[in-house]
Amino acid sequence: MSWTRREALLGLGSIPILGAVWWAGASGTVGKKREREAILERLNIQPSLPSAVPAISGEPVRVGIIGFGIRGEQLCRSLGYATDEWIAAMEEAEALAKAEGRPFTALTDFRAQEPLNVRITGVCDVFDTQAEKAIRSFGTPEQPVKRYRTYTDMIQSGEVEAVVIATPDHWHAPMAIEALRNDVHVYVEKPMTHTVAETYELKEAALNSKATFQVGHQHRQTLSFKTAQDIVDKGILGHVSLITTNTNRNDDNGAWNYDIHPEASPQTIDWEQFLGSAPQIPFNKNHFFRWRKWWAYGSGLSGDLLTHDYDRLNCVLNMGIPRSVMASGGIYTHRDGRNVPDVLQANFEFPDFSTGSSQKPGKERGMTFTYSATLGNGLNRPTMLMGHDASMELGNRLTIWPDGRSTRYAEMLEAGKMEPGSPIYHYNPAATALDGVSSATSQYFADKGLMWTYVDGKRVDSTFLHMREWLSVIRNGGQVSCGIQEGFEEAISAHMAGLSWKLGRRIEWDPQGEQIIPIEGVEDLDAVLLESPPGVGALAPDVVASL
Amino acid sequence: MTTTSDGGGLRRSITFLRILIGWHFLYEGIVKVYNPDWTSFGYLASAQGPLKPVFQSMTSEAILPWVDTLNWAALIFVGVTLILGVFERAGALAGFGLLMLYYLAHPSWPGMEQVNTEGSYWIVNKNLIEAVACLVLFYQPTGSLFGLPRLFSKNNPTTKTELS
Repeated sequence: MSWTRREALLGLGSIPILGAVWWAGASGTVGKKREREAILERLNIQPSLPSAVPAISGEPVRVGIIGFGIRGEQLCRSLGYATDEWIAAMEEAEALAKAEGRPFTALTDFRAQEPLNVRITGVCDVFDTQAEKAIRSFGTPEQPVKRYRTYTDMIQSGEVEAVVIATPDHWHAPMAIEALRNDVHVYVEKPMTHTVAETYELKEAALNSKATFQVGHQHRQTLSFKTAQDIVDKGILGHVSLITTNTNRNDDNGAWNYDIHPEASPQTIDWEQFLGSAPQIPFNKNHFFRWRKWWAYGSGLSGDLLTHDYDRLNCVLNMGIPRSVMASGGIYTHRDGRNVPDVLQANFEFPDFSTGSSQKPGKERGMTFTYSATLGNGLNRPTMLMGHDASMELGNRLTIWPDGRSTRYAEMLEAGKMEPGSPIYHYNPAATALDGVSSATSQYFADKGLMWTYVDGKRVDSTFLHMREWLSVIRNGGQVSCGIQEGFEEAISAHMAGLSWKLGRRIEWDPQGEQIIPIEGVEDLDAVLLESPPGVGALAPDVVASL
Repeated sequence: MTTTSDGGGLRRSITFLRILIGWHFLYEGIVKVYNPDWTSFGYLASAQGPLKPVFQSMTSEAILPWVDTLNWAALIFVGVTLILGVFERAGALAGFGLLMLYYLAHPSWPGMEQVNTEGSYWIVNKNLIEAVACLVLFYQPTGSLFGLPRLFSKNNPTTKTELS
């Protein structure tokens, strides 16, 4: 008897082992999946799909480009027009990447981009070399690209239906206003305006125009931000009391020390037209190519980069203009003659704003939005929305962690179904599957940016989507994502930060009167904003270029 | 069973090794097959070493689902054969092959980034060791000692007389 039992044990004993392992693997995986589904169901987040826009039908939209510099060229590529020089450079880069076994998709992505029903018919740039490049690259014998000497010539020619404005900041409003008054559609780069007074004038012009007006905050097309909106609306984060946004850059390009073109000279550049309303100074290549470093033409971190972060959050929360702004900082990392700060911290107060509350009514209200920037460090600090119930990292991907002291999730935290250190939600529009509780591994791969190639097999450029939306509204009517109201809020907020930095004082907004509250002893806010203090440090342009 | 000088202890140890490796493979296969979101994409896309282009080419949309299916099917095949002791030599060989692929996708060679490893390795890592252990299983089948083949085996290693 014992012999048979022993034989049976040795012969069949492997079957229960097999069963046990199988059961453990299956029940563990399915159980975890169910738990994840329960959390997701409870959160009820609807990841948004790309919004469809009606086709740009009929004749191609005739577009004129005003300002064909670095950004102007990028915008044209989003419209489907690349310069011969860019294609040549990308082919070279592609060959190099191939030889080194690195992925390189810029050219393939550009070629795979859906064609838009547009035709670039005119260009206006004060630098001959750039204007000629556009004419040579975008024109054909049958459909030449015409050069206009001034923006007024272009707008009043009747030959363009729409203009793309990618000039220095101090030209944004005058050009946009002129176009809108002539019912020419406008796509203008950020910041929308350079002064407070212009902001009101442009708003007036846009409201009274039949033309479609869009500000170039292309991130409004980013899918994760639309999902973030849904997350905030559903109270998943609870009351958000603090938002932190950041800029960290540590290279010459990031500090606006762009290349100085060898062909630049008083003969090839219409210097007077470049200056416009800016202080009349002799020809200066450094100012021409690196205009973002001076208040006369640009607005430094507050206008250039804060606006991105502000609008990103305004698009998610719709919080509007802050009640007050305090900013500080200095020129600490690039003492090269610039007069805009390169380190800036700005605190925006929204004392009446709330994203909802899971606690006693009236206990929570108010929020600070903080922007922290340096052009002397390249660490990536994520944008964080910090709520009583959860924290959310906002980027192309979204990650939500529950807060250990959350009221809303207290039960689930108590039961061990949630842990403060583990994300309860991870959204990656580039990944095919929605991941409820992300594993360390998939998180790691997502962070490495390995997943984005799988958006329907190709990467989509948000600037392309933003321009496509604008063109579609031109043809079909409807609403753009970043119109005059959004632009007005962005511009006023940026100017408040600039003013606060310049004056070293708190700048307050009167929401009823829709104006910045007058500051004792300051007659003209715009005079302060435009004031050009002597730059800090002094390096010759050629020295800076070789740094 | 008598322990004789023909290596009973060794054979029992190898049997034990076979069960443990089978256990490991089966569990890895099962958690993948029951998780519809699982994909080898990240693992393949971040491959390093001389076979990097081969692994990366497997991430193409057309091939990836096949690679994923083959992977869990092979894992389960190895797991089942090694635990039950049937076709154990085929299982051991398949296990060796799979582990060598994993090893080559993320080799622990000097100068290569170590991704998601919990220990410190120089050339030799756990995949390589388990692969060689599979070779041992291939050369030393033990199904007739513990596993289904024992039921059909005419030559039981024990020669005890029946007791009633």
